[in-house]
Amino acid sequence: MSALTFTLKHRTDQRVDMSPLVCHLLKDLALADIGALTLQSGKRKLRVDELFAINGSDTQNIIIKNSVDNLDFIGKELDGGCISVVGDAGAYLGFGMKTGELKVSGNAGLYAACEMKKGYLEIAGNAGDFLGAALPGNKMGMKGGTILVKGNVGQRAGDHMRRGNILIEGNAGDYCGSRMTAGTIAVMGQTGRYLGYAMRRGTLLLWNQPQLSASFNDCGAHTLAFLPILFASFKPLNSRFSDATSAFNRVQRYAGDMSEMGRGEVLVKL
Amino acid sequence: MIINGVTIDATFAEAFPMKATRAIITAQNEKWALISGQAMTGFATSVIACGCEGSIERILEPSETPDGRPGVSIMIFAMGGKGLAKQLETRAGQCVLTSPTAALFAGIDGGIRIPLGKNLRYFGDGFQVSKQISGKRYWRIPVMDGEFLAEATTGQVDAIGGGNFLVLAESQPQALAACEAAIEEMRKIPNVIMPFPGGVVRSGSKVGSKYKTLGASTNDAFCPTLKGMTKTELSPEIESVMEIVIDGLTKEDIAMAMRVGIQAVCDLGAQNGIKRISAGNYGGKLGPFHFHLQEIMA
Repeated sequence: MSALTFTLKHRTDQRVDMSPLVCHLLKDLALADIGALTLQSGKRKLRVDELFAINGSDTQNIIIKNSVDNLDFIGKELDGGCISVVGDAGAYLGFGMKTGELKVSGNAGLYAACEMKKGYLEIAGNAGDFLGAALPGNKMGMKGGTILVKGNVGQRAGDHMRRGNILIEGNAGDYCGSRMTAGTIAVMGQTGRYLGYAMRRGTLLLWNQPQLSASFNDCGAHTLAFLPILFASFKPLNSRFSDATSAFNRVQRYAGDMSEMGRGEVLVKL
Repeated sequence: MIINGVTIDATFAEAFPMKATRAIITAQNEKWALISGQAMTGFATSVIACGCEGSIERILEPSETPDGRPGVSIMIFAMGGKGLAKQLETRAGQCVLTSPTAALFAGIDGGIRIPLGKNLRYFGDGFQVSKQISGKRYWRIPVMDGEFLAEATTGQVDAIGGGNFLVLAESQPQALAACEAAIEEMRKIPNVIMPFPGGVVRSGSKVGSKYKTLGASTNDAFCPTLKGMTKTELSPEIESVMEIVIDGLTKEDIAMAMRVGIQAVCDLGAQNGIKRISAGNYGGKLGPFHFHLQEIMA
């Protein structure tokens, strides 16, 4: 069976809600039925076959080709299966994702992996603000799974994050790890201002010395036993994080945010 | 059956169901992993009075351990799951948490989950940190030498305890030399431990006693000094008997360990004073698992 492929025919003026096109909702549907589904775009409803050329039949393996940055909610609450996006993705990529795999070859917009629960999200390009964060007003961001971003991420990555891993090969914007409850964010590049702002628990693992707020206290240099295990868990990834030369266990530990609970930590490679 | 001049008795070892778990201890080097493992499995020779039976299963190469440091795998056996969990936690807390540079990991992924570092974390007094990595939860507990890393749980599985065989020799040194040779080979078999000191027990017991408060007492039928005053199992030339007790995860594991052990003893043969191999057979009173010596060596 070949992958179920949606090839975008033309870019719409309004944003498109792609949430119906996920593996578990398309399961057991015939191609004609899938084509007859409707997608919300602005105030209009568009038939799927009006917007996309549809090929293939494997609903558990979906490819979205020619994807552009106004296709929102791709992989919303994905519950198993695999979605590959060729091109860019809009906002709310992998929103509330439960399990499965979601890969984007280009960039992703705001709120990628927002309130993600489990699974694997890979973004080959850059990600916008609020990666793995909570919706405005909600208190729980990402609760599990792994996000890999090969490019840079915007501001407030991991805001209210509760569990899981966010791996960033590039740079992270301001407020990275803000209001984190737990989990791990690893940044190979540079980080912006207000790193870990109001974080309660959790780990920010950095390759470069950040500009830290006064509410983070230096706990000294340490060799930490959990780091080799953490790096070993990255080995299956197609990433610089899986490279053995990237691994380290010697870090400078900063505890914070002391203006909050203060049980979080910033670990900087030595 | 006679192998290299050693008579293999037509009897069987009687074993009983137990619960078992395995943990992996790593440390800065093999020396400290061994120290920690030995401490954790100290005073764990017999469930009769120790609460559990435990020993180091084998030494692990850095490539075999979760954190890439030298380590040991230890196994603990007890009569019930509750007792096993209690023993594991107490011993981990007093012997591994306290041991310099040591870290503690699960050695069994399946089975019923029992606490390993799950409750030890409270030693961290609120400064402990949890990390969930690849579906496993670890606790980082701040201690004076750095951090004690412990996996939250390990697996408890059904197992068998009390597999055994007796080495009957013409002298005490010869019996001990044969047992040492057997233990060396048996330690290569996975999923088994020989919990007595050095793997060998010189005070094999029988079920019951003339004293009502005791559940076990000396196995007088195999005591060489009682040859003339009890219903002995020993012929006149036997001067010393030693026993090797084996606990294992499955019947096959124990049978394999018994086979290589008995073979190592028989390789020394009658010319080294080894006369017979027998087993602790309690007439079906001790347990449902029977390891027939001649079948094992066939």
